[in-house]
Amino acid sequence: MSNNKPSILAVRNLIVERAGAVVLNIHSLEINAGDLLSLIGPNGAGKSSLFLALSFLIKNTGGEIFFHGNRISTKEEIFNYRRQLVMVFQEPLLLNTTVRENIAAGLKLRHKPANEIEKSVDRYASMFGISHLLDRSARALSGGEAQRTSLARALAIEPEIVFLDEPFASLDQPTKESLLADLQQILCRTKTTAIMATHDRNDALRLSDYIAVMNRGKIVQLGMPEDIMNRPADEFVASFVGVETVLRGEVKENKDGINIITVAGGNLEAIGDFAPGSHVLCCIRPEYVTLAAAAGASTSARNVYMARIEKIIPLGMFYKVELDAGFPLISYVTSTSLDNLSLDAGQNISASFKATAIHLIPAR
Amino acid sequence: MELFLDGIKKALELIFSFDPEVLGITFLSLKISGTATLISMFIGMSIGVAVALNNFFGKRLIISLINTGMGLPPVVVGLFVTIMLWRNGPFGFMEILYTPTAMIIAQAIIATPIVMGITLAAIQHLPENLRLQILSLGATRLQMVWLLIKEARLPLLAAVMAGFGGVISEVGASIMVGGNIKGYSRVLTTATVMETGKGNFDTAIALGIILLILAFTVNAILTSIQQKQRPR
Repeated sequence: MSNNKPSILAVRNLIVERAGAVVLNIHSLEINAGDLLSLIGPNGAGKSSLFLALSFLIKNTGGEIFFHGNRISTKEEIFNYRRQLVMVFQEPLLLNTTVRENIAAGLKLRHKPANEIEKSVDRYASMFGISHLLDRSARALSGGEAQRTSLARALAIEPEIVFLDEPFASLDQPTKESLLADLQQILCRTKTTAIMATHDRNDALRLSDYIAVMNRGKIVQLGMPEDIMNRPADEFVASFVGVETVLRGEVKENKDGINIITVAGGNLEAIGDFAPGSHVLCCIRPEYVTLAAAAGASTSARNVYMARIEKIIPLGMFYKVELDAGFPLISYVTSTSLDNLSLDAGQNISASFKATAIHLIPAR
Repeated sequence: MELFLDGIKKALELIFSFDPEVLGITFLSLKISGTATLISMFIGMSIGVAVALNNFFGKRLIISLINTGMGLPPVVVGLFVTIMLWRNGPFGFMEILYTPTAMIIAQAIIATPIVMGITLAAIQHLPENLRLQILSLGATRLQMVWLLIKEARLPLLAAVMAGFGGVISEVGASIMVGGNIKGYSRVLTTATVMETGKGNFDTAIALGIILLILAFTVNAILTSIQQKQRPR
């Protein structure tokens, strides 16, 4: 990943096998100092295996890992490298002792002087808002408090890189929100490089400088959050990053950078440079589909269709509207829009989206 | 009932008169069983932790053997040690049969699988990723093992109690390899068997009560340590 920051960790052809099967195959990955890279992907995509492999906590069948440009290979190098990084697991995995002793654990393993340990413990407990819990048993903490302790323990050793393996997965939404905000601030303040695995693309969008989408042990796309969200590399990435409408079509015409594409049930106009006859996938994010009352709708969008509302599904902050515009189309609307337009299943409505809202992927 | 009351009376007399022979027997029991337990702790915990933390071919078989060893009959151990230490046996040259050393060896063999089995289960019962978390915090392998032992300290203390309980109360192996020699290899269990055989029930009951008090005291101390460590 190129920005002006120096590379801190790089991986080449990293392969991990388990029971003869390749579970991880990373051709190339690089993270720069101070960046936050999010790994997103379904269960079993290899996110945790990547962390373990990067930490040398599982046997790497092949490949090279570079730390500050130096290849890590000997036992001593691995041990010294491992002491520059730390991993936070989904479950807090605290030691059966006080919060204070837990935060001090990594520092004690490094035989740091007692006064230095005390200062660090106080500093990181304060950063994570758990100073009042220092003398409490780790077994008596709530899920959020335990994860805060785990994060404070990890960052107290002042690692160069922290691996966060879905640390918020088992927390309730308010706890997660507050911890996420604190973590973001602390990582920024301490300039710690981080790689975070998450299921939640919103977390990834919010925190990351870069996102890597993983599937079946491979990184299928790596890029900046807006690239991943708006320009998915394939159908898998598109579906994983929330592109609800993926239509298979054939380019009929290419006119001044506008592709006219025939899909089952209609034509679409999209920005693209595909030759006529090319088979493409048209990806349309639901946020880009605008709904308007059927009569008198005025829009500058190139794609305007009369559509029938098939189903309305509440999704908390907004509603998912499933439409039949000759082809299936999904739109997200707020509750205000839902009320203003008096949307209901079976109703006909105008659905529109711009040519720039369609991301084209070559179909295989 | 009268016999039983006489036994209790005799026990109190023996205890409070600080009878030198009874004190000697009690001290020897504690010394032999305590030493055997310490040896079993060292061997049993080391192997138990090693088996729990490593994956290797035949691990399940080894665990089955350890679990079987937890119920090792003392007389079988006594027979095995006697053969090994017999004048013509492989270790006969050591000339330690019918000595407290032979008793320590036999009792250590009895206690080791008990400590090993409980240690193995205790370490395996810890969260799977804890080992990785500790290593990820920068621990050496030795530091990781030490922290895991500390994490499993409650069941490990139970392992020590079970090991000590197993050997302080066994009689078969002690008689076979120790010979119940007065003032030399006579311990509370062997003395109780002998006094019962002679029909001295009051003395046998007294020795039995002392044995119970001894076992209770040691376990009470260990339990107190264990419960202090319990998370609140």
